[in-house]
Formats: sequence, C-alpha cells, structure tokens
Amino acid sequence: MTLFFQLLVNGLIVGALYGVVAMSFVLIYKASRIVNFAQGEFLLIGAWTCWWLLTSWQLPFWLGFPITLVFMLIFGVVLQVVVLRPMIGEPIISVIMVTIGLSIVFQAAMKWMFGVFAKPFPPIFAHATMDVFGLQVQTVYVVSLGISILIMAGFGWFFKYSRLGLAMRATAFDQQVAQSLGISVRQMFAMSWAISAMVSAVAGVTVGVVNGVSSALSFFGIKVFPAVILGGLDSVIGAVVGGLIVGVLENVAHYLDSQWLNWGNMYEIAPFYVLIAILMVKPYGLFGTKDIERV
Amino acid sequence: MSGAPVASHRGHASSAPASKNASSTAETIFEARGVNLRFGGVQALTDVSFGIRKGELFSIIGPNGAGKTSMVNCISGRYKPTDGKVYFKGRDVTGMTPNHRASLGIGRTFQNLALFGHMTVLDNIMVGRHHLLKNNFLTGSLYWLTGARKEELAHRREVEEIIDFLEIQHVRKATAGTLSYGLRKRVELARAIALKPDLILLDEPMAGMNLEEKEDMARYIVDLNEEFGMTVVMIEHDMGVVMDISHRVMVLEFGKKIAEGMPEEVLANPRVRRAYLGEDDEDEAAPATAVRKEVA
Repeated sequence: MTLFFQLLVNGLIVGALYGVVAMSFVLIYKASRIVNFAQGEFLLIGAWTCWWLLTSWQLPFWLGFPITLVFMLIFGVVLQVVVLRPMIGEPIISVIMVTIGLSIVFQAAMKWMFGVFAKPFPPIFAHATMDVFGLQVQTVYVVSLGISILIMAGFGWFFKYSRLGLAMRATAFDQQVAQSLGISVRQMFAMSWAISAMVSAVAGVTVGVVNGVSSALSFFGIKVFPAVILGGLDSVIGAVVGGLIVGVLENVAHYLDSQWLNWGNMYEIAPFYVLIAILMVKPYGLFGTKDIERV
Repeated sequence: MSGAPVASHRGHASSAPASKNASSTAETIFEARGVNLRFGGVQALTDVSFGIRKGELFSIIGPNGAGKTSMVNCISGRYKPTDGKVYFKGRDVTGMTPNHRASLGIGRTFQNLALFGHMTVLDNIMVGRHHLLKNNFLTGSLYWLTGARKEELAHRREVEEIIDFLEIQHVRKATAGTLSYGLRKRVELARAIALKPDLILLDEPMAGMNLEEKEDMARYIVDLNEEFGMTVVMIEHDMGVVMDISHRVMVLEFGKKIAEGMPEEVLANPRVRRAYLGEDDEDEAAPATAVRKEVA
C-alpha cells in the first residue's frame, strides 16, 4: 500500500508539472490558435541551457536558472517574430506543420550539440530525497511542486487582474476588436510565446534534475496533449486539472500493471486510452468552450 | 466625381443643431484624399475625398453596399486604401496599423456587436484603457513598486465616470454576454469611449433597437459630442435620427461620394433622392415630381 501512496504522490507532483506545461501550451493556443507541437522541445532547450550553464560555466544554480529563464524569454520572442509571424493569416495546417518542423529541427540540434546520452545535472540540493509523511520524495519534486503552484497562481492573477492579461484575453477573443482598442496583436503573440517558452523551461529543468537531461524530455510535450485535450484546449484551469489527472493516472496505471496485470508499459499508454474515452463522451474536453452556432 | 454641393461656403454656425463646439472655424481633424479601395475585381470605394472638422458630428449614409463600413474601416485602419491617402490630425496615417491609430486617438464601435462575451462589463471597458497604461509587462509585475497600482486606481475612477455617463452602473459586474441587446450596444460604446479618442467611429449604433433605446442612444451621442467634445463619425440607417443630430452628412452610393453637406441640403439633393428611392428617371431636372409620382 505504501507503494500505492508513493506513486500517488509522485503522480500529483509530476501531474502538476504536466499542468504547468499544459498551461503554457494553452497560452499559445488561446492567444494565436496555434497548436504548438514543439512544446516538448521548449523543455528540452531549457534543460540543456541550464545544464550547460551549470557544467561548462560552473555557475551556481541560483544564477544559472534565472539566466536560463531570461534566455528562454528572448528565445520565445525571436522564434515568434522570425518563424511564426510570417505565418499569420496562413492556413492553420501550414502553421502546425511549421511547429512540427521546428520540433524536429530542435531535437536534432540538441542532439548535435549535446550528444544523444542522458547527462545528469550536478547535485543541487544537499539531500536528493526527503521524507514527506513517511514517503520518500525527490527534493527537487517538492520544490518543483511549490514552483508549479506559484506559476499557476501567477497565471491566474495575470489573466484575471493584470491589464496585459486582460489585453491578451481580448486578443484571444477577437483580434480585430483588440486592435481597435489599441492593443498590438503582434506584441501579444510575441509575449505569449515568450511566457510559454519560459514556463516550459522551468518544467524542463525540474525533470532534467531528476532524470538527467536527454531528448526523452521532449516526450513530455506529447504527454501534454492528453492533459490539454482532457481539460479543453482553451481553458487554463482545464490544463491544470488535465495535467494532474494524467499524472495520477499514469502512476495508478503503473501500479495496477505492476501488481496484477503485467501487460507492461501502462505508464506511457494509459493516459491515451483515457483520452480516447473522454473525447468520446465530451468532445470539447472537460472545460473547453463549445462552439455554439446560432441560426 | 463628387459634384455635389458642399456646405463649406455657408459655414457651420448657421445650422440649428450645430452646437458651440462645432461653430469654431473648421479645423480639420481627419481628411481622406482620393481614397480608392479594391477587393480583387470589386471596387468598394472610388475616389472618395472629404474632411471631418474637429468637434463635428459627421454622418455617413447610403444604401446597403454603398461602402460606408469600408470607408469607416479605412479611417480606423482595418483596411488600407488601394489608392489615396488618409490624414489624422494633419499626419499621414495611411500605412498605420489599427492599434497605432487607436493610440493616436481613433476609437470605434462595430456594426455587429463585438463585446468580449465572457468578460464582465468592467473588464470590457478596462480593455479600452489598455493603450493609456504606461506600465508594461515587466514593470507591471512589480505591481506595488512601480506605481502600477496607483495608475490603475486613477483609471478605475475615469472608467466609473464613463459608466455613470452611459447609465450602466447596475450591470457593472455582469458578464457582457448575458446582457440585453440595447445594453450591450451601450457597453460597447463605453469601451470605445474609455480609449479617450478624439475621433470616435460609430458603425450603426442604433441598428436593431426599439424607439426608446434609439432615443437614449441619440442622446448619448449628442452628449458625447457636446460635453466630451469628441468628434463623432456615425453610420446610421435611421434617417430621422441622422438628420436630427448630425452637423454634416456625406452620402455614398456604389462606393462614390454623391453628396456632402448639411442635413437639409443633402435631403434636398436630387441625386440623393434618386439613390434612396432607386428610381431610374431620365429626367434629371425634375426629380421632385418624379418622386411624387412614385409615391402616388
């Protein structure tokens, strides 16, 4: 039974990370209607950047991590301006192909620059694991849970109370109207990519610290799909809930599998089964907006 | 192209509805020079030139498909004229984006309601304040230190004044999408006013309203013009209201300007009568009798 709780707690923590990545995915989708298949590569690039700063430059974590975030912020803006801005107004399928292309290019570039083998982060915390109610949990996971909650609260505040968040919501709702109110749609797009890249990097570094940095990190980006679609593509809260569900689900599935079923690899597959089941019942996800057409 | 009589030689002050702020001698706030707009093979606007004076209530009328909304979109920047130039406050704004023009002082409402349906009325109006906020993303995140908080409070006060002016206090916290049509139109107007524009474009502000709502809206528009001193450009189909409150009227037909002047002049213009009644009489000299014939 301890194993079950252990997995449950792990699931919640990993789920929170999924939620964070899902939120940054939803952010881009909401602002610009772009389905970003390169979300997982944001994690990868963030993690490698931080790893490189920590190992090659021997920077302490408290310095290397913020530099990584600043780099990702600039990276997001540049990516949007150079690659995606020219695609504004093009058919959505072309834009999606571009993001798939980006994902392949980044994967290859990272392998070329840092090699194909997983590389461990230098130890950051004095104790690798800590004791939470009698359960052994990775310290970095506990810290990341804190950071995740902070990011989520930040997102909530940003969209609900800040003027820029309001402007972003307005842009997501109707670009023409937003422009007529003096909102620069280009700036909003660039900002959404910047925030998205930055927040994804936080998750990337966290997972990298636990599992080591390798191209497997970008698999996170694929795991985010069930989370996002579960919650509804355009709902920030949905993304968080979806992330938590997927995180818990894969761990519970893993538990069931290892105890009784022995089918193997349920950890990876289970979320997708549930995804299919949920989409059959609620095609717009749990929190998504239904397109109602009035005649 | 536009051979209609123009009112300029008579001056403005002589007309009855022209108020104190319109009487000042014609400082042009907006000017269109030879604007052409083509969409592929469709000529939406042909060589339209006109000027809007500061403090004026200027209406654009015309039959359906005459190019009124296209003209307004050329003013707001949503369309860029294929040919010709537009000037705002003496500055060439032809190539400027809509958001840039909005920050220069051109506000607008839309023909089809374009409120942010999921947001509250207050949030909708606050979006209109966006370009007036000095704090950006980075300084805004240091909310308490950079005066972002003080700035927001000041904005809230002005927004409350706009809410009072349009009498929508009771729905302040309501979700915009749940309001009645007339109220939503008012909230949309409030949002456009929140921009503090010098020139406000109203695309059919009274479409689909009942008589009472129309009267209210007409009153708000006149107040907006006279008390707030905003220059108003309005597209409207209700001739009664247009002729009642406008200082000057421009008439478009098939993308061409056929008349411009004070309401009574425009009403008396034979070309305008023909455009509206759609009658095709070869006798141009006596349109009035033709109209009478038509009516009888």
